[in-house]
Amino acid sequence: MDLRYTPDEIAFRDDLRTFFKTQIPAEIRRKVSEGRKLSREDIVTTQRVLHAHGMATPNWPLEWGGKDWSPVQRYIFSEEIQACAVPQPLSFNVNMVGPVIATFGSQAQKERFLPSTATLDIWWAQGFSEPGAGSDLASLKTTAKLEGDEYVVNGQKTWTTLGQYADWIFCLVRTDPAAKKQQGISFLLIDMKTPGITIRPIITIDGGHEVNEVFFDDVRVPAENLVGQVNKGWDYAKFLLSNERIGIARIGLTKERLARVKRLAQETPAGEGMVWDDPDFRRRLAWSEIELKALEITQMRVVAAQRTKASDKPDPSSSILKIKGSEIQQQATQLLVDVAGPYAMPRPDREEEGLNLPSVGPEWADAAAPLFFNYRKVSIYGGSNEIQRNIIAKAFLGL
Amino acid sequence: MDFDLTDEQRMLSESVNRLLTHAYGDFEHRKGYRAAPRGFADANWQALAEMGLLGLPFDEADGGFGGGPVETMIVMEAFGRGLVLEPFLATVVLAGGLLRRAGSEAQREAILPSVVEGSMVLAFAHQERQARHDLHDVATAARRDGADWVLDGAKGVVLAGDSADRIIVSARTSGARRDREGISLFLLDPATPGVTRRGYATQDGLRAAELVLEGARVPADALLGHEGQALPLIELVVDEANAALCAEALGAMDVLRDLTVDYLKQRQQFGQAIGNFQALQHRAADMLVATEQARSMAMYAAMMVQSGDAAARRTALSAAKALVAKLADQLGKDAIQLHGGIAMTEEYKAGHYFKRLTMIGTLFGDVDHHLRVVVAAGGLPEAV
Repeated sequence: MDLRYTPDEIAFRDDLRTFFKTQIPAEIRRKVSEGRKLSREDIVTTQRVLHAHGMATPNWPLEWGGKDWSPVQRYIFSEEIQACAVPQPLSFNVNMVGPVIATFGSQAQKERFLPSTATLDIWWAQGFSEPGAGSDLASLKTTAKLEGDEYVVNGQKTWTTLGQYADWIFCLVRTDPAAKKQQGISFLLIDMKTPGITIRPIITIDGGHEVNEVFFDDVRVPAENLVGQVNKGWDYAKFLLSNERIGIARIGLTKERLARVKRLAQETPAGEGMVWDDPDFRRRLAWSEIELKALEITQMRVVAAQRTKASDKPDPSSSILKIKGSEIQQQATQLLVDVAGPYAMPRPDREEEGLNLPSVGPEWADAAAPLFFNYRKVSIYGGSNEIQRNIIAKAFLGL
Repeated sequence: MDFDLTDEQRMLSESVNRLLTHAYGDFEHRKGYRAAPRGFADANWQALAEMGLLGLPFDEADGGFGGGPVETMIVMEAFGRGLVLEPFLATVVLAGGLLRRAGSEAQREAILPSVVEGSMVLAFAHQERQARHDLHDVATAARRDGADWVLDGAKGVVLAGDSADRIIVSARTSGARRDREGISLFLLDPATPGVTRRGYATQDGLRAAELVLEGARVPADALLGHEGQALPLIELVVDEANAALCAEALGAMDVLRDLTVDYLKQRQQFGQAIGNFQALQHRAADMLVATEQARSMAMYAAMMVQSGDAAARRTALSAAKALVAKLADQLGKDAIQLHGGIAMTEEYKAGHYFKRLTMIGTLFGDVDHHLRVVVAAGGLPEAV
């Protein structure tokens, strides 16, 4: 047992670190570090740099631009890209629809979609959640009815992250209304420019426009855009979500955030000293660091186990990573609000009114509270933490 | 990065667990062991000796097994599962850890073979009433008198102190009570005139002693290691003890969680198993999360206790102990609550695990103490 990286793994990490810090524009990395909103261009620019170096889609099959990295190398990549405050390749493209098409799609679909999915020439959105189908995703109601060689889609998707930038959306749709829940669902690719699609922004409590509602009103989709077999979409969705396992805890990112909290606490005056001199603050920060260390090792154990273990038996690890990872991410954003103190209050940046006034306090403090508000989402999305506890209790503890 | 055990480590784990299934599989046996004169079973101690465990971390030249912190972790985790009474921590990890490093060849030869063969129990007497968790706070004094040393002072909560055949005592040979310099170690035969000890049971069913030294005279060769320079070694050995306790707590937590989950499946109320209730399911799920976080921290402790950077080692071990103790406390209390009344009985196992976990939480520094150490260091060390 040795928790340290081997010299080869250290060399691999150091190469990545140099690459990230020299090839990704510093301004983009600064935005990530400060938790500011990234523009569409920031994300596209980054992904194209990564793609030019063969690093946009490391988890894809080799023939479609993947890397034959070991589980440890994949883990190092995931951690290091976060720790260097580099925007990760767009998850909808790279972790979700890409692997589904590469695994279950037709040859024609692969050739049509995979290259432009890798380069972000197609920006994908995820059309899973609906107003009545959140944690209970399988109760989704959006229908796709085959008429000739077209599906006619009707219904509504919601929480569509960055849907305002999307060229295409991959949707779970009900193709057999008579079948029981999971059984009548298919996986359909829809061009966002198709007539009958309306997108409406949802402004979240941080004031940002990150998510959307998407309405489908007699949207006609070529039948060839159905991935895999009809009524098997639920299996593909489960496959897609299992790809999220590595990196779901976002440990690298939280590490970087906590280091920044520490730095800012040392620079932010508080009475006779700095925020850093407050022992209560320091204790809370220490707890976050300690819990993060435990989670990091938990994640490393999961990665190491992937080398040897067959993955078909129930495994609670992704639920554990989700629960603890989201809690610690939220703690880090809260600590940042605490460091900002009274200057967490001013709100010069009012996106929905098109206003972007100069900062009142320190510039970094503007983003502190919005980030904290925004991060309440991380214990809700991807299967809420309560759903994760249900999974642990039922699938692993047998309750 | 590698979490696999070697073949030897796997064999060690299997044979320790086999032994404990035999000796501790029936919880009634433990009650019998506690009633024995030394508070543990002679036969179990001999069985540990025969397996080579009583020389686990000692050099092969000293008759030992040459094991490291991972081997200790494997053994202590198993001991935690069995809620073992035998004084492995006191004899092998604490006193053995001091002796194997600071002992002269003659001192090691005089004692370690007897430890390895199971004929000698050791203890480390360091704790003093005023010191609480500060390892450098030593008032017990040793002064030279001719060729001898004369010891005066009082030591408290000496683990296995009542049954120990030799006790390693820390005492100040120079400096003021809270100086880091000036602390020395002495090998003491408890039969020495001027030594009195009062043995007692601890809340978790183990044994300890209060030790009073009044002009206790020991020969010059009782000095263990360099005069006045013992603190760094004491800190190292206490870190090793805390790594061992993290592993022991983990083993106990695993058992207590399984016990609780089994009970949730069996216990019927309102016409169904109480495990059907989501309020209880979520708490059981949290128990699993807690054990996995504790498992990671026990591994971190075993790793970092080998670090050559003493400051990084100390901070890391405090981090590990703080989190494991916090999780153990939370899990122990949940286990009692989820069981309900049955866990309040002396007869049932759960309460005994809870009590041991509670005492582990206070041994060698409680949560607040260890958190203070991490805070004072400005956070965790960089490297894994």
